[in-house]
Amino acid sequence: MFALDPLLLGDVTWGDFAVVAVKVGVSFVVLLVATMFMVWFERKVIAGMQNRIGPNKAGPFGLLQTLADGTKLFFKEDLLPEKADRFVFRLAPFLSFVPAFLSFCIIPVGGDFTDGNAGKVRLFGHTTLLQVADPPIGVLLGLALSSIAVYGIMLAGWSSGSKYPLLGSVRASAQMVSYEAALGLSVATIFLLAGTMSTNGIVLGQGGLRNWNIVATGVIPFVIFMLAATAELNRPPFDLVEAEQELVGGFNTEYSSIRFALFFLAEFMNTMTMSAIIVTLFLGGPQPISIGSWTADVHLGPFTGTFWFLAKVLVFLYIYIWFRATLPRLRYDQLMDLGWKLLIPVALAWFMALAGLKVAQNAGWGGGAQALGMVVGAAVILACFGLLRMATRVSARVRAEEGAMF
Amino acid sequence: MLAASGLVAQNIAFGIVALIMIVGALRVVTTKNVVHAALWLVLVLAGAAAQYLILSAEFVAITQVLVYIGAVTVLFLFGTMLTRAQLGRATDLNNKNWALGIPVALLLLGTLVYVLIDSFHAEKLVDDPKDVPNVTTQQISDSIFRPYLVPFWALSFVLLAALIGAIVLARKD
Repeated sequence: MFALDPLLLGDVTWGDFAVVAVKVGVSFVVLLVATMFMVWFERKVIAGMQNRIGPNKAGPFGLLQTLADGTKLFFKEDLLPEKADRFVFRLAPFLSFVPAFLSFCIIPVGGDFTDGNAGKVRLFGHTTLLQVADPPIGVLLGLALSSIAVYGIMLAGWSSGSKYPLLGSVRASAQMVSYEAALGLSVATIFLLAGTMSTNGIVLGQGGLRNWNIVATGVIPFVIFMLAATAELNRPPFDLVEAEQELVGGFNTEYSSIRFALFFLAEFMNTMTMSAIIVTLFLGGPQPISIGSWTADVHLGPFTGTFWFLAKVLVFLYIYIWFRATLPRLRYDQLMDLGWKLLIPVALAWFMALAGLKVAQNAGWGGGAQALGMVVGAAVILACFGLLRMATRVSARVRAEEGAMF
Repeated sequence: MLAASGLVAQNIAFGIVALIMIVGALRVVTTKNVVHAALWLVLVLAGAAAQYLILSAEFVAITQVLVYIGAVTVLFLFGTMLTRAQLGRATDLNNKNWALGIPVALLLLGTLVYVLIDSFHAEKLVDDPKDVPNVTTQQISDSIFRPYLVPFWALSFVLLAALIGAIVLARKD
């Protein structure tokens, strides 16, 4: 049940085992090295946007800057605050680092999805999928791992035995739990269309630009997922967890040396993994761009899919950096309002509308009946939004009468 | 029920995970630190998820992780940090009505044992792993939303009532 990889069907030989080991090893190393370059990329792009030069001393174009920083961090003294909870303090960095690695396992980083190949490629005499694992509950695994990553940040702040980190981690847990709901609801629309939770199956259903989930689900779930993912990653403009002006450094104030480096790496690694998940879920992953019968031709043998995957992921990495360089941070109540009063209701309404449409199609309704259903559905949703707005208005007025300040 | 002799690895794994869960559960109630207690609880819940995985019910396992570890315990910790975040030992952790928990626990145990015996009798897991029935997520959802729809609704109403009750208690006016 756990491995739908054609490699592991039937008898498993040592050769198959070696292929799996190589896949795990390669994804580990590639992710680490890519994180290194991601940090460089981010610093360089932000520098460009702010009219600075950015890192340019270590290696060509400053490419080795992160390596130099990492080496420096290794040799720094590792401080442990006197009031810290020793065990939890040491455990926390790993709780945010390990899920960052694990969630990359479910992402198809390449493969041939044309002509019914279902992502299988032949490498060194073995037929396999270009992803470490393809569990039938794939995307849910990603969500579960991102909810475990909350623990790393939360416990880091608590165990430091200091006020600012604690405030940072309280903010973090509230923020991440609230946005997980919006994240899950927007992914549910994809489950509805794809009929599967396996990442391989979701990518397989996205042949051709019209079937990409960003188009097929009607853009809104994509926008919600993108916003919620940014909040889940604690990246700007949702980086209240480490608001330097208010919280010194946020949850990681008391961390130094390699433990700090682990948090830092995990943050960038999560950014990359989340970009990869967005590409997999909404933009067809390794599927080439094709409109109608026209397909953008790139011929790289078994790595054609990998080319498309990397190209799409790079776009999202750039967008995340762009966010950071341009958008001001939200205030905390604005953050909560956006999550609870806008994203979650919209995601829920959109999900219900799509589900209704799907049921109507399955029941064989004609075009007119479907259109009527859509109108009725839209009216119901609008009425619900009106009620919700009235409720929030009333509660805001009550709070204002009680003397709350906004 | 898990005593099928053909599944040696599964039985050993079950034993190890069960042992870890028991130790974790004991530590939840004996530790002097609220946050540590929540962390031990995470261990117990993760153990339950691992047991589901051993039974190859990966959907239930991942839901367990998502709901109990990812949401419920995070909210526990959030509440604790917001209200009483001191590090180290706390002295007033024991509720003075703790003894009431014993009959409740025994009652729960009795109900669970009765239900399990009543529905499975002497049924055993099949010996050959190839004969294990393959229950898919779709079958689970079909049975939740068809024969068990009314209990499912009743449960959601209980949750809704709890939610509204909490809001009523927390509101000042």
